[in-house]
Amino acid sequence: MAPEDIRWGHEDEPGDLFDQSAVSEQPGGATVPRSFLSMAQSVVWHSDPSRFSRLYAFLWRLNDKPGLMADCADPALSRLRLMEKNVHRCQHKMKAFVRFREVGSPDAPRRSFAAWFEPTHHTIEPTAGFFARRFADMDWRIYSPGVSVIFESGKTRFIEDQPRLDLPEDAGEALWITYFQNIFNPARLNVQAMQSEMPKKYWKNMPEAAAIPDLIASAPERARQMAAAEPTSPPLRAEKILARQRRQGRAPVLGEQ
Amino acid sequence: MNIMAQYSLSQKLAILSDAAKYDASCASSGTNRRDSRGGKSLGSSEGSGICHAYAPDGRCISLLKILMTNFCIYDCSYCVNRVSSNVQRARFSVDEVVRLTIDFYRRNYIEGLFLSSGIIRSPDATMLDMVRIVEKLRHEENFRGYIHLKTIPDASPELVEKAGLLADRLSINVELPTDASVAKHAPEKKPAQIRKAMADVRARKDAARDRSHTGKRPPRFAPAGQSTQMIIGADGSSDATVLGQSTRLYSGYKLKRVYYSAFSPIRDSSAKLPLISPPLQREHRLYQADWLLRFYQFDLDEITSVTPDGNLDLDIDPKLAWALANRGLFPVDINVAPKEMLLRVPGFGVKLVGRMLQTRRQRTLRYEDIGRMGGSMKKAKAFVTAGGWSPGGLTDSADLRARFAPPPKQLSLF
Repeated sequence: MAPEDIRWGHEDEPGDLFDQSAVSEQPGGATVPRSFLSMAQSVVWHSDPSRFSRLYAFLWRLNDKPGLMADCADPALSRLRLMEKNVHRCQHKMKAFVRFREVGSPDAPRRSFAAWFEPTHHTIEPTAGFFARRFADMDWRIYSPGVSVIFESGKTRFIEDQPRLDLPEDAGEALWITYFQNIFNPARLNVQAMQSEMPKKYWKNMPEAAAIPDLIASAPERARQMAAAEPTSPPLRAEKILARQRRQGRAPVLGEQ
Repeated sequence: MNIMAQYSLSQKLAILSDAAKYDASCASSGTNRRDSRGGKSLGSSEGSGICHAYAPDGRCISLLKILMTNFCIYDCSYCVNRVSSNVQRARFSVDEVVRLTIDFYRRNYIEGLFLSSGIIRSPDATMLDMVRIVEKLRHEENFRGYIHLKTIPDASPELVEKAGLLADRLSINVELPTDASVAKHAPEKKPAQIRKAMADVRARKDAARDRSHTGKRPPRFAPAGQSTQMIIGADGSSDATVLGQSTRLYSGYKLKRVYYSAFSPIRDSSAKLPLISPPLQREHRLYQADWLLRFYQFDLDEITSVTPDGNLDLDIDPKLAWALANRGLFPVDINVAPKEMLLRVPGFGVKLVGRMLQTRRQRTLRYEDIGRMGGSMKKAKAFVTAGGWSPGGLTDSADLRARFAPPPKQLSLF
């Protein structure tokens, strides 16, 4: 069936006057390059409603011209590649920015965690496997505005339309924020680089993000103080430790150069 | 200061992560693939690294990067933890590091642990404690995430051997670009000893690839390889000296990465050091040059001979600087130029060149095709011809450099 004869949409959407459901009676089949399949497997999770029609239209052209996958500058292919890239990036950000809170007892034989995450594309389903492979010895749930994923006793399942729930406070978060604050080097402030990799839309579900405004505001003054501080004299124990090493033939005299 | 002060876990974490931030590496990629399916273990690695957060300095946070202790008997002038500095000192117990790693990992904050340490008592005693931490993570917690261990150069080969069987990556910092600078700024460290330790790791890694006579493969040794770090701007070394050292390190010890760390003003700094930091741009240009040497088939002197003093041009990237100095080789026709030459076009990356080669087997490439392949012609257009495009006099125009360099700045009065 030619692409112009198909309208893609959700089953529940009201149809067009001329719509008829067309399930092909003829057993069909087409040979497509493997590279198309792997691309399509990502593009279908894109949030753009035109994804199916774009894929189908391109598949239609591939039928006549199998070499088309190799033309990286074909406008339709380059658009699909961009959509593929967007989905991959969204999956990567989900792997990075999901933040679990402990919802069970830390002493339970199987620990239990939950998170709320808002992906840009339909990313929960294709990315659930990553979490299942990584966190196999604990139970976890990732809730999102659309599909949520639940992993219990080694089994993954998906549920739809969960209301947003408040997750209990987690004592582990304070330590993480402490780490985030102290690994930051105020002498190298670069807000633009941070934000291009960690866009603000993710911040509200990341506990450490609340610390960012203060870290930015105080950085210039902290850096200035470090540079302005006079060198101090070494603590008393320094000379003792270095003297011991000198006796062992390791260190030169402190301040010798 | 009372050095026996009792700190809470949170205070220790603050002190010992602050102390670790001058190590640039946070890579968690390139180790062997593994996961925890089966439910008896925790963690995975699937090839590519993941940056779980970015600090406001723009640097990726992938690993829990901490020092086991910042007590240190050495006196390296550039280091915030040197014995003669007055910073607060703390020490984690083995169990505290294990707990932090596992608790952070389970909340999806990190890919794993990057553990380093000041030298306490002796190199072997320090290394032994670090190995105990990793043993406990691997064998008691069944942790399959990423572990990077900064090895202590003087530690015994048996301990380094053990570390390599447990960790994904080992590193030893060469610290400074020349032996003379190390002698001046890190008097207790011996460059020859550092090189021997790197050679040992390389040899051990090579040996782990050979099957025994029974055909059995020995256990993997540091599958993500070894890396090192050089501090830039604490001594007077030129970029040519720095990159020359990197080239020797990459070829001699098969390093995965050399990290460049622009010397950063530290709290309680030593009187021996300049208090001004070098521009971070210098660090950035060194990384670009490092990439050209490893992935773009450039030779060292091609990059460093562009300027008379052997320092990279801070205003423009090193490939553009090279192309401007070698305009006679341009413009190149993107429909016929060999891969090596396409890689030398400013603005063209390895991925884009791959796509161009693939597509031009199908048809002639036109100017506007480059954008659709994800490339940019901003820099490249002066150096190439394509279907529908010729740069004309642009390639040789006198103001070509000025089109890319930032406008000259008035010198700061302060």
